[in-house]
Amino acid sequence: MRPALKCEWTKLRTSPGTPWAVLAVAVATVGLSALAAGSVTCPCATDTTKLALTGVQLGQAVAAVFAVTVLGGEYGTGMIAVTLTAVPQRTTVLAAKALLVSGAVGVSGAAGVLGAWLAGRAALGDHLATGVRPLAGSVLYLVLVALLGLGAAAVTRGSAVAIGTVLGLLYVVPIVSTVVRDPDWKRHLQQVSPADAGQAVQATENLAALPIQPWPGLGVLALWAAAALLTGAALLHRRDA
Amino acid sequence: MIRAEWTKFRTVRGWVLGAVAALVLIIGLGVVPGTGGSCDASCRLPRGPEGHEVADRAEFVHRTLTGDGTITARITSFTGTKFTGPGRNDVALVPWAKAGLIVRDGTDPGSSYAAVMLTGAHGVRMQYDYVHDAAGGSDGAAPRWLRLTRAGPVVTTAESTDGTHWRTVGEATPAHLPESVEIGLFTTSPQWAEKMHETFGVNAVRGGPSTATAVFADVRVEGATGAWRAEDLGGPGGADEIPDDGPEPGAAVRDGVYTVTGSGDIAPAVSGPNGLGTTVTTTLLGTFAGLVLLVVLGGLFVTAEYRRGLIGVTFAASPRRGRVFGAKALVIGAVAAVIGSVAATVALAAGPPVLRANGAYVSAVTLGTQARLVIGTALLLAGCAVLALAVGALVRRSAVALTAVLSVTVLPYLLAMSVLPSGAADWVLRVTPAAAFAVQQSAVEYAHVENLYTAPNGYFPLPPFAGLAVLGVWVAVAAGCAVVVLRRRDVA
Repeated sequence: MRPALKCEWTKLRTSPGTPWAVLAVAVATVGLSALAAGSVTCPCATDTTKLALTGVQLGQAVAAVFAVTVLGGEYGTGMIAVTLTAVPQRTTVLAAKALLVSGAVGVSGAAGVLGAWLAGRAALGDHLATGVRPLAGSVLYLVLVALLGLGAAAVTRGSAVAIGTVLGLLYVVPIVSTVVRDPDWKRHLQQVSPADAGQAVQATENLAALPIQPWPGLGVLALWAAAALLTGAALLHRRDA
Repeated sequence: MIRAEWTKFRTVRGWVLGAVAALVLIIGLGVVPGTGGSCDASCRLPRGPEGHEVADRAEFVHRTLTGDGTITARITSFTGTKFTGPGRNDVALVPWAKAGLIVRDGTDPGSSYAAVMLTGAHGVRMQYDYVHDAAGGSDGAAPRWLRLTRAGPVVTTAESTDGTHWRTVGEATPAHLPESVEIGLFTTSPQWAEKMHETFGVNAVRGGPSTATAVFADVRVEGATGAWRAEDLGGPGGADEIPDDGPEPGAAVRDGVYTVTGSGDIAPAVSGPNGLGTTVTTTLLGTFAGLVLLVVLGGLFVTAEYRRGLIGVTFAASPRRGRVFGAKALVIGAVAAVIGSVAATVALAAGPPVLRANGAYVSAVTLGTQARLVIGTALLLAGCAVLALAVGALVRRSAVALTAVLSVTVLPYLLAMSVLPSGAADWVLRVTPAAAFAVQQSAVEYAHVENLYTAPNGYFPLPPFAGLAVLGVWVAVAAGCAVVVLRRRDVA
């Protein structure tokens, strides 16, 4: 595992897109959050914590695309053949990538979420409640979205389809779930949709009315990420590269 | 060459599946019954003389006039009430509250008319046949004299501060004023809506009905016959009813002074917070989802060749690279356009009945508008697919190309429709390729109807084809760069 990790770390560290992607996750998260918090004057009729973390909805796209390209890009350039020759234990390669992607997105996500909270604090003052769960949960959310992207890239062996699929899951499904009229179906859809369920972790008000509770909601997203990674690992193991 | 590119497209199973999925997504999201309401079959808006759907609700105190005649009155006071919640009424006129003199072709909803009026915040206006509005008068408020003269088909109006020095407001020829018309006083006050600042997002809107009360003194009618009658003109001007604790619409006369309280509007109907129901554009909601897939296909159509090295074979077979790019653009553009037009046609045909079955009122649109929506959706998808193709040819890597194109097309649209404040949303929908979504607007904006004209309510900042032109510029620039770079660069 250690050599694989070192190998992947060197690739990640030296690829020119990485610092930009890490920066972009944080900037997107802070930027949209600040815009959202700045457009509201309190006393507010809204969940201020969730509001101050709005930028996660943009940061997740960057995190997902970054994670997809970490593996999908290798398929694009043919690098994957070299990687798998150097480290023939394919599951180990995927695990090493997952670990590094988690680390990178975790760091930039934490910076973004912290920045968003500070921006929210500046805009809303004491109206923004202090809670650890929404903040830590949002960082985990970004990490899990990235892992979902990595798994999708392993399944599709490329960037394009993986990006389309993950962004579809993150952005189209929530819209479908808002337009469904039947309340039971709506609730079920929001319980299983990775974005809707995962973002429940940001809620601080009116928890009883949520379709799914904060931590179980994040758990749903974790299941999605795990399923994608396991399927990806199995396919990577069995399939020709 | 086109045939070669078409063969490449149709023989990749994943791409064909992707194209079919785009079609299914657009239609599927279009017929999902998203909006509901409490409208049944009886819920219909009247049509004005020019065929527009209109609101026609006001308190109307009138007499019958045969032939020519004049009505003069002095509005001594004009006040209003905004209903902000149970038991909470703001004493304020809404900007387009109206009180004044009107001549109508009877009292049926949607009748032809001409009127001169005092408004809440827009001064003295002359309006006729619902869609025509002119600010010929001063920006003055009550007390004020108004006069309306009917001579054959022509109506002339004037205003005055003292009753002796008159100033013309305007002249109009309404579509249909018969020999015998109803002439008199009216008051009405439309629904109001405003953005809430305590909360956030598309649904952060509050609003409600309002009423206005005008006191008319020195009412003189020359040429009219018959007794005065007071009537609450019927057409649905607003969905909400007046709360019990507010002033009831009605009219009273005492010593020749008429006090008229009304609620509603005599104006074109709009969709959105201040109107009734929704528009057919709702059924094209799925376009953005189909767009994601077509952008992916457009990007892959060229980056896959770079990845597999097929691009070398392609350029060896047809060395004129600009033409190869043109053929690719034609094929992917045509695929996207066909998907867009078929999906939009089906969604526009199948979506509105579903919405109506759920009790949502769907504003009528002309055949021309429907055709524009279909063609516009086709061009929107085709433009974005070609944009992805061009960016793909430039950067040669699918991930980079898709990220770039999706973040200037779908992402701005989704953000503008959901979380962005309206100022930022308008800006984003003017400069990014997402401006082209304006081509799907079917709601009509009127300067003389107060409403929240924002993107989530179906009103885009640019006119339909101007929005499409913004996308066109992006596509042209990207395609131009792609052709230049393809010619200069080594094959891969």
